[in-house]
Amino acid sequence: MDFNLTEDRRMLQDSLTRYLGDKYPVDHRNKVAYALPCHDPAKWDEMAELGALFALAPEDAGGFGGTGFDIMVVFEALGRALSPEPMLGAAMASRLMTKVGADQEGLLSGAVKYAVAVGEVEAPYELDQIACTATAKGDGHVLSGRKSSVYGGQAADVILVAAMLDGKPALFEVQASDAQIAGYPMMDGGGAAEVLLDDTPAALLLADAAEALTDALNAGALALCAEAVGAMEVTHATTLDYLRTRKQFGVPIGKFQVLQHRAVDMLTEIEQSRSITIKAAAELDGPEASRFVSMAKNLIGRAARLVAEESIQMHGGIAMTWEYPISHYAKRLVMLDAQLGDTDYHLSRVMAGLRAA
Amino acid sequence: MDLSFSPEEIAFRDEVRAYLAENLPKRISDAVRNGTEQTKEMAEEWHAILNAKGWLATTWDVEFGGPGWTPVQKHIFEEECCRAYAPRIVPFGLNMLGPVLQKFGTKEQQDTILPRILDGTDWWCQGYSEPGAGSDLASLKTRAVRDGDHYVINGQKTWTTLGQHANKIFCLCRTDPEAKQQEGISFILVDLDTPGIEMRPIKLIEGGHEVNEVFFTDVRVPVANLVGEENKGWTIAKFLLTHERTGIAGVGFSMQSLEEVKALARKVRRGGRPLIEDPLFAARIAQAEIDLEAMKITNLRMLFKAQQQGAPGPETSILKIKGTVIHQELKDLARRALGPVAAPFPGSMTDGNIMFGPEGTSNNAARYFNNRKTSIFGGSNEIQRNILTKTMLEL
Repeated sequence: MDFNLTEDRRMLQDSLTRYLGDKYPVDHRNKVAYALPCHDPAKWDEMAELGALFALAPEDAGGFGGTGFDIMVVFEALGRALSPEPMLGAAMASRLMTKVGADQEGLLSGAVKYAVAVGEVEAPYELDQIACTATAKGDGHVLSGRKSSVYGGQAADVILVAAMLDGKPALFEVQASDAQIAGYPMMDGGGAAEVLLDDTPAALLLADAAEALTDALNAGALALCAEAVGAMEVTHATTLDYLRTRKQFGVPIGKFQVLQHRAVDMLTEIEQSRSITIKAAAELDGPEASRFVSMAKNLIGRAARLVAEESIQMHGGIAMTWEYPISHYAKRLVMLDAQLGDTDYHLSRVMAGLRAA
Repeated sequence: MDLSFSPEEIAFRDEVRAYLAENLPKRISDAVRNGTEQTKEMAEEWHAILNAKGWLATTWDVEFGGPGWTPVQKHIFEEECCRAYAPRIVPFGLNMLGPVLQKFGTKEQQDTILPRILDGTDWWCQGYSEPGAGSDLASLKTRAVRDGDHYVINGQKTWTTLGQHANKIFCLCRTDPEAKQQEGISFILVDLDTPGIEMRPIKLIEGGHEVNEVFFTDVRVPVANLVGEENKGWTIAKFLLTHERTGIAGVGFSMQSLEEVKALARKVRRGGRPLIEDPLFAARIAQAEIDLEAMKITNLRMLFKAQQQGAPGPETSILKIKGTVIHQELKDLARRALGPVAAPFPGSMTDGNIMFGPEGTSNNAARYFNNRKTSIFGGSNEIQRNILTKTMLEL
């Protein structure tokens, strides 16, 4: 048993955290996060140079990481800085490309931006409800349908798409320039896209992709959990600073027990969130990955909303302003619940395990 | 990061598991499983079995008869004991007074008292709380007045757990009423046979007799029974409260409770199907299971930290708060799973012919009510929040 990070991972986390703290402060983040392309391409390149993307793939796929713990370390750092960079798509695409043995040089160097399109309007999370279809045409395939909430899709060069082929979800590669992409900034910053496919040419990567897609969704959900842990810790620390300095009735409001105990409850839930994220990271490549990732995403959905709402409440009016960073952290913490399966969806996955046992 | 136990730790776990399978009497584990009140004889029998193996005083230094385990080994032992439905080790002598004497006691106190704890000659109980001093323990009023070679004790202690089985009590008494609250308190050992002591049972919410109140009227105790220095008892009290907190999360007991709830929800039928297929109930189980899974890791993280730093930190209060809440939720689910058949009063589950509820599920309502205590005792969850406010949040 060892809860220390390896030296390599600690160095990666430190350098990424330092870079984001120095070069990508929240006010700059807010300038780029809410208007297309909803990120900063120059900073993307610099983060790629730091090795943030290489950490997402195993050595035999050209990277130097690729485990759950690598994903955890990178995304926690991103979460602390509220980074809007389209890293989630890269992380999920890398998992898929490692599974099919595709060349990841473009992805890992940051030269080519990837997004992964699984969810649809009426099936945001469920693989078995996919309506988008693939048809053989000539040497390749064409895809038709609409993929929804494609994170990073507004900035992507390549989109990996899940579409039904012969009754099974299959995985295709689509050049963004071949599809109709409607990108938009999100409520909490960062971008996504609706991807409209109409006999759009696509290269088949994997015909029976249910397992690979489940793995990519698990990895993506883990990434979101780690991001939330980073964002929650900063939100909590900022709230504590405020409790120490804001005076009302002649005393710092942190002297009021009603606020102290609620701040402790936030701490407790953040520690629980960190714990379950570590567990999910440890199990990501194991047989029960879905179960533990769902546990993590459920717990973090609950905890992140608590931390967001309590931090706003304990700050009072100032946290309602655009100018104060907590408002953006709170938005991120609430909105990430609905990405790749919300609290209820993941609870139902854990419940399904109860019946099976 | 690596969440798994080392090969040595796994071998240790297997050894403990095999030992429990071989040596824990089924009659005793059945009683624990059914939640019936544990008798003095049962506790003494189980203590003697563990003592013969050298596994009774898990928190003691080796020189006094402890097994010399690491925090992780202690944790594994506790988990395995829960898994096997072993009775809880009665902590007052073994896990409270024992470590106190090893740190603060005289050689003579160590030599005379510790062996009698180990072999079961003495059953200690704790004289801390008073009617007017609960969370605010330092406001305690029980007086010990020096009179030659004796202290004369007057006052009242309460919530004295299993005091009805005890022949000894360790007390916090006020020896200097002029000093600042925390500075005038002493830690004194008292023989319950001494004239002037009266112990009365307190009947608890579910009807059980677990705790007592103890009255002291002009009780004369030799000065040699003082532990540590006079007026320095608060240091000992604090040591006791922060020492040995590996088990504070109660993860093993919650895992036990979770398995009980699941088994029950498979057995009980509601609306033509097993209760576990009812989405509302299944959601409650699943959420508790998720919180417990996180708690297991939180517990291990703090254990790892304690092992690295040599002592548990203040963040262990998190374990107390969250651990008790999870356990109480599971006890609530075990009660609710039974629905109306949780109602019969303990001991009234059968009229001798028919059972009023499913086999082996008695006392779930009683256990639910009894377990409301866990967020109150050992420093209430609100006191734990005060501690965390000071130590972790620095507010």
